[in-house]
Amino acid sequence: MTTVLGETEIARALTRIAHEIVERNKGAHDVVLLGIPTRGVPLAVRLAERLATIEPGLDIASIVGELDVTMYRDDLHKHPVRTIGATHLPASGIDGKVVVLVDDVLFSGRTIRAALDAISDIGRPRAVQLAALVDRGHRELPIRPDYVGKNLPTSLSERVSVRLVETDGPVGEDAATSAPTTDAVLISQRPTTSSEGTR
Amino acid sequence: MKHLLSTADLSRADAIRILDTAAQMAATQSREIKKLPTLRGRTVVNLFFEDSTRTRISFETAAKRLSADVINFSAKGSSVSKGESLKDTALTLQAMGADAVVIRHQASGAPHTLAHAGWVDSAVVNAGDGMHQHPTQALLDAFTMRRHLVGRGAAGASITGDPTGQDLAGLRIAIVGDVLHSRVARSNVHLLHTLGAKVTLVSPPTLVPVGVETWPCDVSYHLDEVLAETAPDAVMMLRVQRERMSGSGAGGGAFFPNPLEYTRNFGLDGRRLALLPDHTIVMHPGPMNRGLEISAEAADSPRAVIVEQVANGVAVRMAVLYLLLAGDASTERAGLE
Amino acid sequence: MSEQTTNPTYVLQGVAPLGADPVDLVLAGGVITEVRAANSPVADGETVVDGTGLVALPGLVDLHTHLREPGREDAETIVSGTRAAAVGGFTAVHAMANTTPVADTAGVVEQVWRIGRDAGWVDVHPVGAVSVGLEGHHLAEIGAMADSAARVRVFSDDGKCVWDPILMRRALEYVKAFDGVVAQHAQEPRLTEGAQMNEGVVSAELGLAGWPAVAEEAIIARDVLLAEHVGSRLHVCHLSTAGSVEIIRWAKGRGIDVTAEVTPHHLILTDELARDYDPTFKVNPPLRTAADVEAVRQGLADGTIDIVATDHAPHTREDKDCEWAAAAFGMTGLETALSVVQETMVDSGRMSWADVARVLSSAPARIGRIDEGPTAQGRPLEVGEPANVVLVDPAARRVVDGSAQATASTNTPFQGYELPGRVVATFLRGRATVLAGAPVEQVAEVRA
Repeated sequence: MTTVLGETEIARALTRIAHEIVERNKGAHDVVLLGIPTRGVPLAVRLAERLATIEPGLDIASIVGELDVTMYRDDLHKHPVRTIGATHLPASGIDGKVVVLVDDVLFSGRTIRAALDAISDIGRPRAVQLAALVDRGHRELPIRPDYVGKNLPTSLSERVSVRLVETDGPVGEDAATSAPTTDAVLISQRPTTSSEGTR
Repeated sequence: MKHLLSTADLSRADAIRILDTAAQMAATQSREIKKLPTLRGRTVVNLFFEDSTRTRISFETAAKRLSADVINFSAKGSSVSKGESLKDTALTLQAMGADAVVIRHQASGAPHTLAHAGWVDSAVVNAGDGMHQHPTQALLDAFTMRRHLVGRGAAGASITGDPTGQDLAGLRIAIVGDVLHSRVARSNVHLLHTLGAKVTLVSPPTLVPVGVETWPCDVSYHLDEVLAETAPDAVMMLRVQRERMSGSGAGGGAFFPNPLEYTRNFGLDGRRLALLPDHTIVMHPGPMNRGLEISAEAADSPRAVIVEQVANGVAVRMAVLYLLLAGDASTERAGLE
Repeated sequence: MSEQTTNPTYVLQGVAPLGADPVDLVLAGGVITEVRAANSPVADGETVVDGTGLVALPGLVDLHTHLREPGREDAETIVSGTRAAAVGGFTAVHAMANTTPVADTAGVVEQVWRIGRDAGWVDVHPVGAVSVGLEGHHLAEIGAMADSAARVRVFSDDGKCVWDPILMRRALEYVKAFDGVVAQHAQEPRLTEGAQMNEGVVSAELGLAGWPAVAEEAIIARDVLLAEHVGSRLHVCHLSTAGSVEIIRWAKGRGIDVTAEVTPHHLILTDELARDYDPTFKVNPPLRTAADVEAVRQGLADGTIDIVATDHAPHTREDKDCEWAAAAFGMTGLETALSVVQETMVDSGRMSWADVARVLSSAPARIGRIDEGPTAQGRPLEVGEPANVVLVDPAARRVVDGSAQATASTNTPFQGYELPGRVVATFLRGRATVLAGAPVEQVAEVRA
């Protein structure tokens, strides 16, 4: 298991992405950040906090939400039943807004395809953009990110995992397995028996 | 678990998972676009040997909201013997490639037989069998109770917390009426007990089954006492079948003398409503006999959540179909595990 | 007696009569001709059957068999049912009257008797209906059936209860003229309308209409009092509850002339088996609770219950391959009865093999009044007695497979169960009907 990004690098990447969002959209007032569970949600919150720093007066609660895409996935029948997560939109909704989808790892693109379908069922944003902490390649659909924390060339036999304190806790108890106690992006060899799907 | 046949088969974790999933389903049902693509390409057969328009429509709506194809198969009035009919019908459904069979049957255990006789590979959902079980009704009842009663602060304050992940621990539920013939009562007793609620069945002694002493609940013959002494958080009124009364052809086998006496002793009316705590909800699985087991005043009061039960039924059935059908059918159906 | 000239002389070598010390039993001319010391020299022309380790019992007698013919030959015929009986160690069965047409006239009972005789597997003694069409309204032609070639002595509406107390009284009185007996299926009809299984904890949970114990006990109580009042003989079919055992015990203590039977399945199975809604376990009277099972075992051991009778009830696959409520009541039993009695009563130390011979042979023969005359059944294994003998290997164990049984139906409740004991050979008046565990097909039966 190799640590690709540490706490500092992740923070720096998010700050950069926040600036790119503001620059590209000429401000952040029409932006809605929708995190895709599980780890896209805290990432969206962190981005919102940074946007609020850049653009004082921005109400974080009004620009961040979460979008569960489980019921829109095309690979449900290939896995044990997935638990459906919650979808929460800001009170003002997404109609006419710029929605920035936030996910931790961009891989095949199928999750984003599902998210685009989900969005079209709940409203009509002016534009949809995509932010990912890590782009590991191997796209199976014509989807590309607008904002990337780090491009990470990988082989299919590798597993990329993101740990965040919000979702994975201060993982000190896992210290024996050399796990970090803070945010990290890790890369490891995929167990050969698992045919784990594409995120 | 591959099927949903009885609430007695559900663990606490299973039940909570269904309720949590139903909550997410319910959230999608307030949107303008209610349809989800989740079960596209799956086929759900509604196999109804007994008339029940309400339940059938609820399952049909649930399946369609998840984009499954729905085939309604009404087997009522079939002239072949019942046994041949069920088996042959099952083989027909198997040949047509049904992924799930939702079955309503007048014979207790028919869904169990359909699931285990080796006639079909489909998931089987019990939509009510004889006097046995009606698990989705109990689940929608529990879902309704959790929504209204869990996370409520002290002294009947309004709901403060999100009930997701929670059970019904500590709630007191009175189920009133014809327990003997009621699959709704049987399903609820097991499920509510599993979820930590304390159930009291209230019924004339003739309408309580022999053997009820092993059920995880209390039994009372006196509604007023139960309302006054246990201060239930929910009162569920069961439908009384008119054929159970004297003068209905049952002769000496009638279970109570006449509707007036039943209503006097076991009907929920305005006077009894006033005995209840302010937060108590009034439930009924429908269809109601207004004026018999429930008065119009009770049925139409703000405490009544009877119409909401119907709406919640769709969400719960969506959740059940999702958990049974969305995953990989070749592996253990982990949805209800 | 053409058998005298066509059957070999058998020497059953080293068999243990009623489990006692081994001897050689010699069967010739339809009777037991000799009891020799074990493993004595064999004379020329004698056919030896190795009986080492086998228990010899008098041929078993079933007081309660449904052969289904006439009417439901798709479930069982007299030939297939009696072959199954022979495989199970029986040499006589009483064929119940609920056929189509009902055995309520001399014509029907003579037909059944004749087909049974011609088949030659066991003696078939038809049971006559008590009421016309089993409908419980009018006495059937009981006298005519008694006087017919079938010499009917047992009368029963089995499957239905003789519910009307005045009809029951008349029947009890009427059969006294020829020492007959009324065998009552004790089931109060109003208490069991639509009943599907024992009423209790399990039925409450499964939502199946209950068949309360009191519906059986109330009729038994009434009938023993009626029998006492009119001084008649009463037989109670397939008693199944602890309360019924108590009532019979009380009645016998009072000197009432009542006998009672229990089925093998009520000695071993409980209503818990209904939990999977498998109609194989749907039977009337229903399987009861573990406490009832213990009570009937106790009643059988102490003699309160006189006999074990199979209530062998074959059904077609379509009558059982369906939902519980639509399924027929009944289970097969001829080929498993002896094993179940061994398992529950002998291997548990509650009964000896002599007791088994009593409850499965001599007592049922006596109740049916077939224990005398040239075709007597249930007689002791003594010189000069009819050579009706069954050899059992009590050390054998077998896994029951319904599709491998001789009965035409597969509805055994013991599918996949391992049971002790195996019938190795059956002799009907000196003629082998079963050898090496397999039925001996009769070629060109030499009956006049």
